[in-house]
Amino acid sequence: MATGAEQSGGFPVDPLHQFVVQPLIPLNIGGLDASFTNASLWMVVTVVAITVFTTLGMRSGAMVPGRMQSVVESFYTFIANMVRDNAGHDAMRFFPFIFSLFAFIFFANMIGMFPYAFTVTSHIVVTFVLAGVVFVGVTLTGFILHGAKFLKVFVPSGVPVALLPLVVAIEIISYFSRPISHSVRLFANMLAGHIMLKVFAGFVLTFMTMGAIGWAGMILPLFMIVCLTALEFLVAALQAYVFTILTCMYLHDALHPGH
Amino acid sequence: MEAEAAKFIGAGIACLGMGGAAIGVGQIFANYLAGALRNPSAADGQFARLIFGFAVTEALGIFSLLVALILLFV
Repeated sequence: MATGAEQSGGFPVDPLHQFVVQPLIPLNIGGLDASFTNASLWMVVTVVAITVFTTLGMRSGAMVPGRMQSVVESFYTFIANMVRDNAGHDAMRFFPFIFSLFAFIFFANMIGMFPYAFTVTSHIVVTFVLAGVVFVGVTLTGFILHGAKFLKVFVPSGVPVALLPLVVAIEIISYFSRPISHSVRLFANMLAGHIMLKVFAGFVLTFMTMGAIGWAGMILPLFMIVCLTALEFLVAALQAYVFTILTCMYLHDALHPGH
Repeated sequence: MEAEAAKFIGAGIACLGMGGAAIGVGQIFANYLAGALRNPSAADGQFARLIFGFAVTEALGIFSLLVALILLFV
């Protein structure tokens, strides 16, 4: 989205303009700005897409699945296997939450790849809330299930007693740094990917203003954009997978502390 | 030195962190390939762990890119 005028550095495209949150329907609830923004709109689009995908896919409900149904079923089994393998069999009661988490992040990342679409997960507030919900939920689950013995999660098995204070201190620090790394990983990947695409788009425009040689040289950044877009699709899917599998691992720590 | 100039220099230095991440990612795939060539039948079972290890290692490189981007644009 070119801003029209040249920036101070002579760069024709502002890479950060795509991340601006603009209110579409201004709402004011008790002094708080609760407007329906473009971010909210694309989150609604994500949820509608997930609903359409799952309900339309399972509409036939045949014993031998057709094409659409087997896609939905493999989506389901993929996440069910992930939960069972990484969090244990008794973690399946958390499966709806983890399925929703994976589906939301996956669809939000993929929908953000459309031209002119807004990438919801490229905002730290969105990913921090997702990671925060996981962190608070997992910690609460641990305390509810195990009481005070949940604190055994800070004491890994097989540590010599002399090293124990140091190891426990390190474990506590790394436990509290989990929501930060969890959220920043998804946020930074989405942000960096989209900024890179915009920057190369700016290079294409810069080449085009350079006359005849520019039109020939324009192919290079354009080719780079094609490759980066393919990489970004991969990263979108991968980051959703990594977020979910880390959630399953944290859940495993909460359900079986001290392993 | 003006703050703007220092920010640009800092952004350049922050990008050096991605070199370490690149070495790490190379290590992961190198060890996977070395193991897969020795035991090809067991390679597919570990593919998911490979992708996971790649993603968490690359995340650290992206953290350093994030510092550079914050210095440049924020």
